[in-house]
Amino acid sequence: MTTLPLVLTLDQPFPRGVLPYLLGGVLIGLGVSVIYLATGIIAGASTFLETTLSYASGVSRLNQPKYLASRDWRVLFTLGMVGGAAAYTLAFADPWTTQVQPWRLLGGGVLVGVGTRLGKGCTSGHGVCGIGSLSETSIVNVATFMAFAVGTALLVAAVGVTP
Amino acid sequence: MTREPPASDPGKDGQGALFNLVVLLGGGTFGVGLAVSGMAKPEVVLDFLQLDDLGLLFVMGGAAGVTMLVFAVATRYLGSAPLTGRRYTKRVKSMDRNVLVGGAIFGVGWGVSGICPGAAYASVGLGNWPILWAILGMFVGAYAQAYWRSRGSASASASD
Repeated sequence: MTTLPLVLTLDQPFPRGVLPYLLGGVLIGLGVSVIYLATGIIAGASTFLETTLSYASGVSRLNQPKYLASRDWRVLFTLGMVGGAAAYTLAFADPWTTQVQPWRLLGGGVLVGVGTRLGKGCTSGHGVCGIGSLSETSIVNVATFMAFAVGTALLVAAVGVTP
Repeated sequence: MTREPPASDPGKDGQGALFNLVVLLGGGTFGVGLAVSGMAKPEVVLDFLQLDDLGLLFVMGGAAGVTMLVFAVATRYLGSAPLTGRRYTKRVKSMDRNVLVGGAIFGVGWGVSGICPGAAYASVGLGNWPILWAILGMFVGAYAQAYWRSRGSASASASD
């Protein structure tokens, strides 16, 4: 897998090729499918945020019965994601650190935390599983977050914020 | 304010060691996919959102293609899951204003940071310590909306 710091141009829509993207996507789909076929559970990534907060907070929304019922395995699911990425890095890549500024990560993260939970899912829940279910709700959500994300990212770049 | 969880959660998900192994394996595969695809790197996601590299379409397309096939086969031809007895269903959430408002807020956050929840967790596995800022932010945001929505004590409609 190569990440080339090219000067990217629109006339080249896939400067890194498509194979790593497609392979990674299929693996993401397989990870969800393994859990689904064995347990019937459709696991999204953002619910972990709320269920894990229930260990430390008595806020009623965080302590719904179904959150308390799933919070343990969601911690495992998340640790699995960390472990999978770590195993791949140890085997095939070098450790990597983002150059995106901390304020962008923190501030953007807050909005991601609010928006994914308010909107009933994130890139995995709506984007992968919801689209895979041909759910109209998910299609609407994905179209909305894509449009806002592209608009925001272009705006951030236009005002000269980098990295 | 903290609350002790009840000693025994009735109806707790999970069926012991095999269930946990499957969850770890699924999460692990998911994490490898996020690393291989580059989605665990905010820079790669921002390249996509700035329309410089449209490769992420293949990530979501490839993943959704697999789940579409598996969901279709399981709901049509298989009865229920071996480890839990749950019936196979598709992921269909009710539509309301929150779906639009939440999607918009998430989109702005994704465009600012280049991270989404799963990708942020996996990014820790790349040795990418600054991503902890994003994870902290996501917890703060998730708590803020839960606190705000619980205030009326008329608990908002739950969602996965």
